[in-house]
Amino acid sequence: MPEFYQYLFSGLTNGAIYAIIALGFSMLFAATDLINFAHGEFVMIGALILVTLWPVMGLPLPLAFVITVLATGILGIVFERLAIRTVKKPDPIVLVIITVGAGIFLRGVAMIIWGKTAKGAPPFSKMPPLEIGGAYLLAQSVWILGIVLATVLVMHFFYSRTLTGKAMSACAINKRAASLLGIATQRMTLLAFAVSAALGGMAGVIIAPITMNEYEMGAILGLKGFCAAMLGGLGNSWGAVVGGFALGIAEAMAVGYVSSSMKDAVAFLLLLLILYVRPTGILGGKAIARF
Amino acid sequence: MLTIRNLKCWYGGIEALSGVTLSVGQGELVALIGANGSGKSTLLQAVCGLLPGWKGEISFEKVPLNKKKPQDIVAGGICMVPEGRLVFGPLSVLDNLKLGAYLRYRKRDHYGIKKDLDKIFSLFPILAQRSGQHAGTLSGGEQQMLSIGRALMARPKLLLLDEPSMGLAPLVARLIFDTLAELREDGLTILIVEQNARAALMIADRGYVLETGRMVLAGKAKELLADEEIKRAYLGKDYARFTEGRA
Ligand SMILES: Nc1ncnc2c1ncn2[C@@H]1O[C@H](COP(=O)(O)OP(=O)(O)OP(=O)(O)O)[C@@H](O)[C@H]1O
Ligand SMILES: [Mg+2]
Repeated sequence: MPEFYQYLFSGLTNGAIYAIIALGFSMLFAATDLINFAHGEFVMIGALILVTLWPVMGLPLPLAFVITVLATGILGIVFERLAIRTVKKPDPIVLVIITVGAGIFLRGVAMIIWGKTAKGAPPFSKMPPLEIGGAYLLAQSVWILGIVLATVLVMHFFYSRTLTGKAMSACAINKRAASLLGIATQRMTLLAFAVSAALGGMAGVIIAPITMNEYEMGAILGLKGFCAAMLGGLGNSWGAVVGGFALGIAEAMAVGYVSSSMKDAVAFLLLLLILYVRPTGILGGKAIARF
Repeated sequence: MLTIRNLKCWYGGIEALSGVTLSVGQGELVALIGANGSGKSTLLQAVCGLLPGWKGEISFEKVPLNKKKPQDIVAGGICMVPEGRLVFGPLSVLDNLKLGAYLRYRKRDHYGIKKDLDKIFSLFPILAQRSGQHAGTLSGGEQQMLSIGRALMARPKLLLLDEPSMGLAPLVARLIFDTLAELREDGLTILIVEQNARAALMIADRGYVLETGRMVLAGKAKELLADEEIKRAYLGKDYARFTEGRA
C-alpha cells in the first residue's frame, strides 16, 4: 500500500501542474479557437524568471511569485499584439503555425538570456515531508496542490461571478453576438491571452523547485498540458482540471507499476485512446460546460 | 434619427447593396421587407459596425457611423436583435440579460439596470420563470424573447430586429409583434427586417422593399399593404386569414 500512496502523491503533484497548464490551453481555446503551441514556453519562462528573481537575486518569494506571474501575463499581451493581431488573414492553420514559430523563438531568446545550463530552486518552505500511510508527501507538493486549487477557485469565481468573466464567456460562445452588446471583443481576446500566459507562468513558478529549469523544459510540459486539455475536452475548464489530474495519476501509476520508460508514452497513449473512444474528451468540449 | 444614403456593401468582390437609401425618424416603427438574399441583414450589419468597408452615408442622430466599432455604436444607442437570436446557450437567462446591460454596468448604473430587468420580466414573464436556466434549453420563441430582452437591457434609442419571427409558431410570432407594437407605443424607435412582410407592415408606420440590393419601393405601411404588386410578391394569398381577429 505505501507504494500506491507514493505513486498517488507523485501523480497528484504532476497532475496539478498539468491541470494548470491545460487550463491555460483550454481557456484560450474557448475564447479564441486557437491552440497556442507556444504555451509551454510561458511555463519555461515563468520558471526561469522565478529562479532569477528569488534564489539568484534574493527577492522575497511572494514578491518574486507575483512579479513572475505579472511578467508572463504581460508577455502574453505582447505575444497577442505582435504575433497574432498583426496577421492579415487569420486562418486557424496560419495562427497555429505562428504559435509554433513563436514557441521556437521564445526558446531561442530564453537560451540567450539564461544559457543552456539547468538551474535549480529550493522548495518554497523547509518543512519536512508529511508521512501519510507510510508514504511521503513533499511540502512542495502541498504547495503545488494548494496553489492550483486556489487558482481553479479564483478562475471559477471569475467566470461565474464577475461581469468581465461572463463577457469573456459570451465572446467565447459567440463573438458577433457579444460585440452587438457593446463588449469589446478584441480586448477580451487580449485579456484571454494575458490570463492564459499568466497561468503558464504560474505553473512555471510552482514547478521550479521540483525540476531542473532550462530553456528546453517547456516543450514537453506544453505537450503534456495539451494532452490533458484534450483528455478533459478542449475548451472546457473543468475538463482541463480533470484531464490534468487523470493524466498525472495515470502517468505515476504506469511509472510505478510498469516501467519508468512509460512516463512520456502514457500521455500520448491516453490521448489516442480518448480520441478513439470519446473524441470530445471526458467532460465534452467547448460550449458544453464551463466554470 | 437614422439616415442611410446611397449605401453600398460588398462581400469580397460581390456587391450586396448597391446604393440604398432609408431613414427612420424618432419614435417611428419602420419595416424593411424583401426576399431571401436581398440584402436586409447586410444593411443591419453595416449599421451595427459588423461590416466594415461600406461606402455611402450612415448617420445616427446626425453623427456619421463610418469606421465606428460595434461597441461604440451600441454605446451610441443602437442595439440589434440578430438573425437567429444568438443567445448565449451555456449561460443562464439572467446572465444573458445582464450582459445586455454590459456597458451600463461599466457606468455603474446598477439601479437603472435593476429596474429595467423588472421591466423585461413583466414584458416576458416566462423569462422570469426561467431566469436560472441555461438559455440553450429555452424554446425558439423564448430564445427570441430573451434576445429582444437582452437588447433592450442596453436601453437603446433605436432597436434593430433581424427576422424576429423566423421559425416561430404563428401564435408566438404574433406575441412578438404585439410586444414590438407595445414598445413603440412607449416611445422606442424600431427598424424591423422581416420575411413575414404582412405581420411587419401591420404594426409599422412606414415600410421599404428591398430587392437584390436595391430599394424598389417605399411608403406608408398601409399603402404598401394595399399595393397589388406587393400583395402578389410578398403577402401571398392567405392574406385575409392571417388578419382575422386583428382590428
Ligand atoms: N458572409 C457572406 N459572404 C459572402 N456573401 C454573403 C455573405 N453574407 C451574405 N452574402 C450575400 O449577400 C447577399 C445579401 O445577403 P443578406 O444576408 O443580407 O440577405 P437577407 O436579405 O438578409 O436574406 P435572408 O432573408 O435570407 O436573411 C446574398 O446574396 C448573400 O448570398
Ligand atoms: Mg437575413
